[in-house]
Amino acid sequence: MKRTGILLFVLLAAQALYAQEDLLALVDDGPKKERVKNAFKSTRVINGHSMEFLAKGTLDVRILHRFGKLNSGPENFFGLDQASMRLGFDYGITNSITVGVGRSTFHKELDGFIKVRPVWQSTGPGAWPFSVVLVGGMTYDGMPWADPTRTNFITSKMAYYSQVIIGRKFSDGFSLQLTPTILHRNLVPTEADPNDIYALGFGGRIRLSNRVSFTWDYFYVHNGLNPNTNYFPLSVGFDIETGGHVFQLNFTNAVGMNERAFLTDTTLDWAKGDVMFGFNLSRVFTIGKR
Amino acid sequence: MKTSIGFLFLVLVALSSPATAQRFFTKGGTIYFNASGPSEVIEATNKTVTCVMDVQSGAIQFAVMMKGFLFEKALMEEHFNENYVESSKFPKAEFKGEFTNKATINFGKDGTYPAHVKGKLTLHGVTKEIETDGSVTIKDGKPQVSAEFKLILIDYGVEIPSLVADKVSKEAKIKVNCSLEPLKG
Repeated sequence: MKRTGILLFVLLAAQALYAQEDLLALVDDGPKKERVKNAFKSTRVINGHSMEFLAKGTLDVRILHRFGKLNSGPENFFGLDQASMRLGFDYGITNSITVGVGRSTFHKELDGFIKVRPVWQSTGPGAWPFSVVLVGGMTYDGMPWADPTRTNFITSKMAYYSQVIIGRKFSDGFSLQLTPTILHRNLVPTEADPNDIYALGFGGRIRLSNRVSFTWDYFYVHNGLNPNTNYFPLSVGFDIETGGHVFQLNFTNAVGMNERAFLTDTTLDWAKGDVMFGFNLSRVFTIGKR
Repeated sequence: MKTSIGFLFLVLVALSSPATAQRFFTKGGTIYFNASGPSEVIEATNKTVTCVMDVQSGAIQFAVMMKGFLFEKALMEEHFNENYVESSKFPKAEFKGEFTNKATINFGKDGTYPAHVKGKLTLHGVTKEIETDGSVTIKDGKPQVSAEFKLILIDYGVEIPSLVADKVSKEAKIKVNCSLEPLKG
């Protein structure tokens, strides 16, 4: 009889357990593979390409400014009297193919690029720890010929760059990427200058709040720079997001805003305090179907 | 010995009885929300809502992955996930509740029945008691549940900055619609 009582108790307890059951657990099939998004706020860390892409069908109008040197004194309003700019248009053909064109006042240079993402960082089953992005770009210098008396070729004004971006969003607050880069210039100023230049970019982001991030963008340039006149480009800044706009406020020693220009024409030295204030303004429009 | 085997059998029957009780579910339910401000249309639909209902106990539970809300504009979707509901920190929203008028719904007979549901909603890491009116429609023995209600976003810790106050409403209108199938086992 005692045993019957226990059994009855077990029976009732089991019923009670069922009543409080988590019904959702019955149909849950665990985590799914998910692509990692928003490692960076923008498609550029500051000057260099980031591992991020535009969504399919979105147009990004980018207006970039670099003012004069901060240490140029109050008579120049700490550099704000002077400005170099780049106006650019980027478009997302698919979620993993972005193309863009731009024109800079510096060297009157045109540039264009195509960027693709063969490997996309993901989480869940079958996760992949990092993204791999390929960038191919071209620049065209619009300045008059240095020596108009000799035979000049239009191709002499062109340079090409190729990059592999290996990037990872480690957490919501921290992303890091490495960017091995090859730059080829068709024509170089002197015979001593190499046509091919190798560089390695280090870009990162620390998210300070939902709408503000701290970013840095540095390129180590392996060869081809004159150590007395040229420096490695280093930019640090804040990305501030307000609705459809992203403002990238930054401090940089690079006046150029395309890969050729900031890799080979960075002539200011952070160590001497020769730093410019600048901003990138990005405005995204949805024009195509998703 | 015989009696204990008999009792064991009874226990097994008793244990299995809730499982054979009628349960219905879906993984393809729909939740639509609209938080449009005066100057911007903000709406999104999620078509991967999980819903499980137990007819016997009157329990009904919903789960939805926040990243599954699809917006017309990709940037809006990014902002929704990154800045407002913080989907990577709080990937799922859940409702666990029950019909308060279970007795007036005849799950065995085709027809449309008004329903009142009460329970706990967890969104953006905040759990709150909510209740709402909805309806249950039984067709060919299968229930379809729907409800409409409003949420004050700040109640769930979702802040709308004053800068976008004319674009994003402080209140979200939500429509839920799930067609359920029998759950076996």
